[in-house]
Amino acid sequence: MSNEKTSGLILPAERPTSLLTRRNALIGGAGLLLAGCDQINASPSVKSFLSLGEKATHGAQRLVTNRNALAQEFSRSEMSPVFRQNGNQNPNTSEYNALAANKFADWTLVVDGMVAHPLRISLAQMMAAPRRTQITRHDCVEGWSAIGEWSGVPLGLILKRAGMSSNAKYVVFHCADSTGGVPYYESIDMIDAFHPQTILATHMNGELLTVGHGAPLRLRVERQLGYKQAKYVMRVEAVSSLAGIHGGGGGYWEDHRGYQWFAGI
Amino acid sequence: MATQFAEGGAEGSAGRAEADASPLIYRTKLPVRIWHWVNALSIFVMLMSGMMIFNAHPRLYWGVYGANLDHPWLVISHRGTSGFVQIGGFEIATTGFLGYAQGVPYAFPPLVTIPSTYSLADARQWHFAFAWVLLISATLIMAYNILSGHLRRDLALKPEERSLSHLWHDIKEHARLRFPTGEAARHYNPLQKIAYLGVLFVLIPTVILTGCTMSPTLNAAFPWLAELFGGRPSARSIHFLCAFGFALFIAVHLLAVVLAGPFNELRSIITGWYRLPKERSK
Repeated sequence: MSNEKTSGLILPAERPTSLLTRRNALIGGAGLLLAGCDQINASPSVKSFLSLGEKATHGAQRLVTNRNALAQEFSRSEMSPVFRQNGNQNPNTSEYNALAANKFADWTLVVDGMVAHPLRISLAQMMAAPRRTQITRHDCVEGWSAIGEWSGVPLGLILKRAGMSSNAKYVVFHCADSTGGVPYYESIDMIDAFHPQTILATHMNGELLTVGHGAPLRLRVERQLGYKQAKYVMRVEAVSSLAGIHGGGGGYWEDHRGYQWFAGI
Repeated sequence: MATQFAEGGAEGSAGRAEADASPLIYRTKLPVRIWHWVNALSIFVMLMSGMMIFNAHPRLYWGVYGANLDHPWLVISHRGTSGFVQIGGFEIATTGFLGYAQGVPYAFPPLVTIPSTYSLADARQWHFAFAWVLLISATLIMAYNILSGHLRRDLALKPEERSLSHLWHDIKEHARLRFPTGEAARHYNPLQKIAYLGVLFVLIPTVILTGCTMSPTLNAAFPWLAELFGGRPSARSIHFLCAFGFALFIAVHLLAVVLAGPFNELRSIITGWYRLPKERSK
């Protein structure tokens, strides 16, 4: 899901120190088999073959899905009783803690990059802007789903206000949180950036976002998986290429764990 | 898929010694043989990578939402170094097989997952690449089955096979490991047809559709699909049950091949040529 980093169910992916334990020759033979399989998995040509599937999926999903097709919306009675938190649940830096202590009155969202008029938007201005409220399902890459109500400002509106260049291809979201010193970020293309349900949410389930859920602002891109829903958004940057931004993969999980950039499934 | 039950266990080596006398027939056409092996490969990759994906959240739910604080109907997990499976209110200890095995605390052990060490990202790459292989090959064989007449001629149950008494007879024969011989072995038997039709018309379409249901993008394009299955978490449960169905099919399928004479069966699914088992003396 959203950042998913420290989710309770992601278990430590440590390698067993030895597969040749007392669990005998069967496991021993299996160990050799596994070693072979792992070599296949690590092979660059296999990786590039497998990424063909990823490209085909991205292309096919865009092909059969109308640009503005809306993600399913639900009624209040269908909402999860408790919407679990996951990923980073508190950036816990001195800057962030200072902003939080003051209820984010001093927080501003920076909108820059390939825009004619870079913006600095305060939380009060975000609250006063036109907004959209939607009850949608959050689908974590791990497999769980939770339904909640999100309310916020359509991203497209902000990008238009900033006079985004028509040469911009991606919108990058820089976040206040980091994992082991590596900052969280995410990116989406213009189809998703201008999708009517893509909002920068200030509220969840009728209340201001809590720190655990990404206060004061988190992205909702309803047609993609949870790790795209960046929390603690500090800066929105319009770019023509993702190369040169952090690892170049377009997101923290893409750079560091090999997750697909297009998280449509 | 075109293995045929033959060379019953009762005949043993005597039957094989005389096998040269029984005719070799061309039984399995090339498209069916190609599909069999492509499908076998993709199903194995899908099952193994699917089990790794399941390891990321080893809980299943019914309904439109389902996460850690909701009520799962199936959990495969561990307490310390003890693995267990919970189904509804029941709990079974499964240490060494499920939940905790080979020294690691995952629902499915390294022996059966792709990749063997925990990587949801890599498993997804395998799963979604081979999903295309499965989808394309299934579409082609479905078209072939219909257009070539294979479906109508060889797979569909004949009118006389559709009676309960006929099926009951077939079940009893299978239970005694008395598989068809002679002319009867030219054709699939009713239980075999039902198993193959179940894979082609139930398991494969359902596993593909429930898989698509789990895509938030496709969900926006076809919201009725998730509703058809009762919500995404329900669809995920059904997807898992289909995978279980495939595993069950593979186990029975391989057992039947071994019991029916693995050499003859493998020859027919590789080369197409099959030796009719000699008529059993009454």
